[in-house]
Amino acid sequence: MKLIALDSSGLVASVAILEDDVLRAEYTVNYRKTHSQTLLPMLDEIADMTGLDLKTVDAVAVSSGPGSFTGLRIGSATAKGLCLALQIPVVEVPTLAALAYNLYGADGWICPMMDARRQQVYNGIYHFENGEMLTDVSERPVGVAELAAELNERKPSRVIFLGDGVPVYRDMLTELLDQGIPRLFAPPSCSHQRAASVAALGKLYYERGLMIKGSEHAPVYLRKSQAEREREAKKAMET
Amino acid sequence: MSDGHTDILAIETSCDETAAAVVRDGREVLSSIIYTQIAMHTVYGGVVPELASRAHIEKIDAVVLAALEEAGKTISDVDAVAVTYGPGLVGALLVGVAEAKALAWAAKKPLIGVNHIEGHISANYIEHPDLAPPYLGLVVSGGHTHLIIVRDYAEFEIIGRTVDDAAGEAFDKVARAIGLGYPGGPKIDAAAKEGDPFAISFPKAKVHHSEYDFSFSGLKSAVLNYLNHAEMTGEEVRACDVAASFQRSVVEVLKEHTVRAAKEFGMRKVALAGGVSANSALREGMRKAVLDAGCELFVPSPVLCTDNAAMIGAAAFHEYVRGVRSGLDLNAVPGLRIGER
Repeated sequence: MKLIALDSSGLVASVAILEDDVLRAEYTVNYRKTHSQTLLPMLDEIADMTGLDLKTVDAVAVSSGPGSFTGLRIGSATAKGLCLALQIPVVEVPTLAALAYNLYGADGWICPMMDARRQQVYNGIYHFENGEMLTDVSERPVGVAELAAELNERKPSRVIFLGDGVPVYRDMLTELLDQGIPRLFAPPSCSHQRAASVAALGKLYYERGLMIKGSEHAPVYLRKSQAEREREAKKAMET
Repeated sequence: MSDGHTDILAIETSCDETAAAVVRDGREVLSSIIYTQIAMHTVYGGVVPELASRAHIEKIDAVVLAALEEAGKTISDVDAVAVTYGPGLVGALLVGVAEAKALAWAAKKPLIGVNHIEGHISANYIEHPDLAPPYLGLVVSGGHTHLIIVRDYAEFEIIGRTVDDAAGEAFDKVARAIGLGYPGGPKIDAAAKEGDPFAISFPKAKVHHSEYDFSFSGLKSAVLNYLNHAEMTGEEVRACDVAASFQRSVVEVLKEHTVRAAKEFGMRKVALAGGVSANSALREGMRKAVLDAGCELFVPSPVLCTDNAAMIGAAAFHEYVRGVRSGLDLNAVPGLRIGER
């Protein structure tokens, strides 16, 4: 089976081609250009380089959120366009699960965090058991201080942080976490979104039948728009 | 090509309409699907960009599939994929641009990025097979007010524009001020039919020392001042009179500038375009003024005046025949100017 995988949920743009258990290509760029300008040219390049016959692709796996609203939509619209033209399904892979999968098999708690601004991160907590990734805390937006308090209370044997929230909140976490909790910060080789991880998890989901029509896919933002939040706050004030 | 024809799948997501169409040879609409988000934005009194973008991503596939199905086509049957890449709301534009690029790449079709305003003008080609450049174009919508010489199918010269609010923006703001709500254009149009256009004397939306430019913020302020003054003095305000008088002031200046430009530049044909050209007073007033000046007026049906993808397919055809193609790095350009490539 062949999968195209896309991740444009954060600062990096990443594309990959997976064929059965072989990662044919992965291309990841973290540069100023917008994902709109980079994502498809990158896919075009790896498809060309590996001689990919589009007619043989079974599905498109896409990092489905949370993340930058605009970035997620660029990935989603790209996935939808590909699936519509090729008449294949979409496999939605939660961004944080794919990030955690970068650290496949690691001991302890995997704690991906993406900067969600206003001292918040998008975060989930995962661990590996017999080669399978299990979810301890589902993806959510959470305050950095709140996350530290949670970890202090649950006293993991070890916690590994990764994601673009790390450089932003590393000092704050170091200050707030109990000295007794061993912690690691992932190196650049695995700390950011990788389409290869989206592809690997996407393949697992696909084999379990977790694919949908492209027309049914939309990003999971985990946050309402500012206009909706303000409107609800105003309504709450009035009642 | 099917039977020597060029069929283009066009996508438009620049504001609050998710639209797709299949257009043959730039003139014949094989299908045109429009999903409008107006109801969703109404409670906010205007378009909320993030909500618009979210709705676009949810609806885009359904709209594209419906357009293909209604045209009796598959993506492999069409000759090119066209998409609006500006001007408009950046987040909204990006949805259509990313979808169109992926479609074109996967189906191995040429990609053509289209300017939304040039699309509005091209809406005229759909119902008027006899319309060909050169002509004078007036584009009036919620985001744009432009007086343009269309020298050739893809050659435009702007001779006048608004220096502040777009005409449609003024309609929205005035409609809100007199309690008619959003969207302002159709609401004012309807209210004005019950009102007296000469009840109140508002200034014309002109700019001094600038023959063909427009300014609508002064007119809008005059309406607000009138309403404030009436409130302070306890004078009764008839919303329909305000609507009719405001509308007359807008229509007058659009007519005057257009007729003067047509004479000055020796244009025998005038084409209206954009959402505000669905306004009945503008259509009637402009028809008479243009006829009196010895010119011919072209106006699209109201459904082709407001945002749609058929007009994008019509504009794309002329780019297609000229060999214009966009790259896979095509980006949304929110401030894209007419004639910019």
